[in-house]
Amino acid sequence: MTAGVTSKVIGSAGELLAHAYQMELEAQERYGYLADQMEMHNNADLAKLFRELARVEGIHAGDILEQMQGMQVPQINPLDYKWSGSESPEALDMGDMHYMMTPRQALLLALKAEQNAFEFFDHLLKSTDDEDTRRFAAEFAEEEQEHVELVLKELKKHPESDERTREDMDPPIQQE
Amino acid sequence: MKTPGELRKSISFAIIGSGGAGALTAGAILLETAGKAGWYGIMNRSVGPQIRGGEAAALVRLTTHPVDCMAESYDFVIAIDWRNADRFAAEMPLAADGLAIGDTAGGEVPDVIAASGITVAQMAMKDLAGSVQGGRENMIAAGLAAKLAGLPVDTLMAVVEAKLASKGDEAINASRACISIGVSEADRFEQSFHLDKPVTGSTGRWLITGNEAIGLGAVRGGIRFAAAYPITPATEVLEWLAPALTRVGGALVQAEDELASINMAIGASFGGRASITATSGPGLALMVEALGLATASEIPIVVVDVMRGGPSTGIPTKSEQSDLNIAVYGCHGDAPHIVVAPLSVADCLFTAQWAVHLAEAMQAPAIVLSDQSLGQARALVDRPADIAFVAKRNVLGSEVEEAYDRYALTGSGVSPMALPGTAGGQYTADGLTHTVKGVPSSKESDHQNQLDKRRDKIENFDYGNHWADIEISNDDCTDTQFTILTWGSLAGPAREAMHTLAAEGISVKLLAIRLISPFLKQNFLDALQGSQRILIVEQTHSGQFHEYLRAKCDIPGEVRHFHRAGPKLIGPAEICARIRDWKTS
Amino acid sequence: MNIQQSPNFKASDYKSGLTPVWCPGCGDFHVLLSVTKALAELGTPPENVAVISGIGCSSRIPAYTNCYGFHGVHGRSLALGAGLKVARPDLTVMVMSGDGDGFSIGGNHFLHACRRNVDMTYIVMDNRVYGMTKGQPSPTTEPDWDSALSPGGTGLSPFHPLVIALASGANFVAREFSGDIKGSTRTIVEAVRHPGFSFVEILSPCVTFRPDERQWKTQTHAASVEATDDPARAARRIMTDDGFNVGVLYRGRRKPYETHVSDLAGDPAILEEEFAV
Repeated sequence: MTAGVTSKVIGSAGELLAHAYQMELEAQERYGYLADQMEMHNNADLAKLFRELARVEGIHAGDILEQMQGMQVPQINPLDYKWSGSESPEALDMGDMHYMMTPRQALLLALKAEQNAFEFFDHLLKSTDDEDTRRFAAEFAEEEQEHVELVLKELKKHPESDERTREDMDPPIQQE
Repeated sequence: MKTPGELRKSISFAIIGSGGAGALTAGAILLETAGKAGWYGIMNRSVGPQIRGGEAAALVRLTTHPVDCMAESYDFVIAIDWRNADRFAAEMPLAADGLAIGDTAGGEVPDVIAASGITVAQMAMKDLAGSVQGGRENMIAAGLAAKLAGLPVDTLMAVVEAKLASKGDEAINASRACISIGVSEADRFEQSFHLDKPVTGSTGRWLITGNEAIGLGAVRGGIRFAAAYPITPATEVLEWLAPALTRVGGALVQAEDELASINMAIGASFGGRASITATSGPGLALMVEALGLATASEIPIVVVDVMRGGPSTGIPTKSEQSDLNIAVYGCHGDAPHIVVAPLSVADCLFTAQWAVHLAEAMQAPAIVLSDQSLGQARALVDRPADIAFVAKRNVLGSEVEEAYDRYALTGSGVSPMALPGTAGGQYTADGLTHTVKGVPSSKESDHQNQLDKRRDKIENFDYGNHWADIEISNDDCTDTQFTILTWGSLAGPAREAMHTLAAEGISVKLLAIRLISPFLKQNFLDALQGSQRILIVEQTHSGQFHEYLRAKCDIPGEVRHFHRAGPKLIGPAEICARIRDWKTS
Repeated sequence: MNIQQSPNFKASDYKSGLTPVWCPGCGDFHVLLSVTKALAELGTPPENVAVISGIGCSSRIPAYTNCYGFHGVHGRSLALGAGLKVARPDLTVMVMSGDGDGFSIGGNHFLHACRRNVDMTYIVMDNRVYGMTKGQPSPTTEPDWDSALSPGGTGLSPFHPLVIALASGANFVAREFSGDIKGSTRTIVEAVRHPGFSFVEILSPCVTFRPDERQWKTQTHAASVEATDDPARAARRIMTDDGFNVGVLYRGRRKPYETHVSDLAGDPAILEEEFAV
């Protein structure tokens, strides 16, 4: 059920761009949504982190949108994207969240997502002969690798030794 | 003993029988005959606990003038058999000059009748019917009753022929023969109970039950969806609506229980169709939670409660007014809604139609408190006037503003409701306290604002003069000493008492309240202006109506309270007796 | 940019601006996402969709969509939905509930909604616990699950929603896992399109009161058999089910509940004739 690499062939640069754009868009939306969730649960550190990640993905999405100008980009229905996983590779699984999650735990999930995104383009690069597609796949793979590095750098600021087990001092509240 | 030819304004009789003898059918045929001949009337029934074959009594009252209640004494009773008739004997006290005719082949005359000193006659109805191929005792009873009451036999024959048209000539001829036997048997008795000529000027006569009238009023008001779960004595409302709604483009769904039926009605109304359900006390108890939901989410629905004896399963086939408290106060929280009560069989139509109008206009639930004595009574009434009340909901138009607030705070308390399908009007209706947008909120200000809104829309509405029927027996008399204060189905007996007393020179005002909740305090006090002695009359054991009025205001003047549980209906004579006593005390 | 065919709606068009109160990690976030994706796939305008619910964590979902919604009372969402659909056949009606709301207090309505076969979709987010009231066992909770209200467990057999749906006459029966967005989306699309009453149980973990349910991510698996239109076959399969098979179990061919509501209303005056004497 996790995000994964493509198992189907992407046949054109336009199709690749459609996938890349959707991937960034979903990542941006997801981080933003997770930031909302953390705000709702008053985990300010994580809300800030997710908000920042959303911003970065948003810039990336914007860049891709620019590259799409003048290209033949197909419209793809939600169920027809060619990543093998349940969602686009770069979107964090909301099921992995916890309201007391630490920045380190979140960054480890983000790292996995960026690695998945890298793998998606890298796999494509290795499995297609189409020149245009290869060009874009290489470019995006490189960018995702940069994101991986960024997350790794950020992770260094939150070493495991700093991790403190967080504990909720209050019982759960009954609402209805 | 009366001499033949002395004409009466009102006669009452009962036809009883068991084992499928057809007493109720005979009563219905006689009522229709009277209607065709221009009289008025009302018929109720009393039945045993069996589904088929049980003992049944058709209680019929025929009058020269419009009538809204049963009589308290009977001129004659015809027993197709006397088996188990003692079950009903207490409900049909015979007048001193009354007559009891029965077939002793089917049981002994009940002690209470035998001991009453009235004329008791034997008639071998079973044998007489046996003399006709395919003959039926109930048709002999019908012929006998028609002749005793002075109903035109030709008209009776025509009614029976129309009823039996599908059964063929043989059945018709057998019935004609039996009616003729009954008519000629009547000549054996010295007594007759002939009706005087009916008052004229009527615009045509209807024969209708309270339950049917509620159904018709609802459809006239704009109801196009009903959800149904059967319960005595309300089922006929739903059974009448089922084919009727289909004919006007609506639908009725049978639900799995009352919890579902009211929620279905709310769902349909959320979709924009004026919706109704009907039940009795036990069902209303189950619906109370959803009444709160309709109140909080501001979805109009109409819930008809045809009251029966309670608490719990109570007496399903008998009338009582004891659901007043649950109708007004049943909901948890502060849940303002509308409670109305029809004042007669014919008024079931008006009140149901008005209830649809009120619910739709205020986007709130309206409960119609009818009862068994109205719902299952069949009455000959003047054709009811056409009234203009129709469902007119404040609905959001297709031009939706940027920010639509479903629960906006408006001056009237009523805010435009978006119907699904309207782009830009999307909102979530909610039973949780909410903001003006419908978003759940536990903020003090939101709670206060929405409570105020829902109260204001109901309290500030213009109910016109329909909130009550106010009548004075003598127009010349301005300082009426006595007022009979009642509600719902007891308006009929109270009105009759008023007229009886007026004939005796006792001037009485009638105040019969149709709008139970909200309580219009100022109108109420104005209506009681000048009243010195107020008799509150209600059909409850604990005096719920009296307590309700007391909780709402200080009733001026001297107050007496006449209340009793069902099943014995409070009648005009009992009310008269209390006023006379008061006058002389 | 030259988009060949512009999509009518995106999943985000079906989302409201409200942030859910659900705990982060809750499966209901996934269900919300799958529902919005399914609606985008179906292309139904948001204003023509009604999302109806009862009470509980899952039942908060209508307000998180940009559709018409009704957050009703506990257990009665199916009745609200049926009334709405019968009155407004033009709408897409989705009733969304949880295991407590849908199978306990609303159990009777579930049976009869399956029987009645009104053309609507019923999604139950099953987390085997009452979350809004702090973790009590529901009809689908394992018998030995310990809680304050039932110390040591209820000792009661869990309710089997799919078996009951099938036995009661539901026209489409499926199970999904919330985390499988693609599978859930696909099944919801099919459920909405399938005529009559469609039931989809979505296993949706409660990370707060049932942290063990995070394991569902690895425990659930695609059913090894294809969906059937034969209720007997479906019944045999579901009786030996391990509880974690996901996919469509049954596609029935029963005729949906029919009424013929029409705005071309007949004049109520025609109803008066029967009363004239």
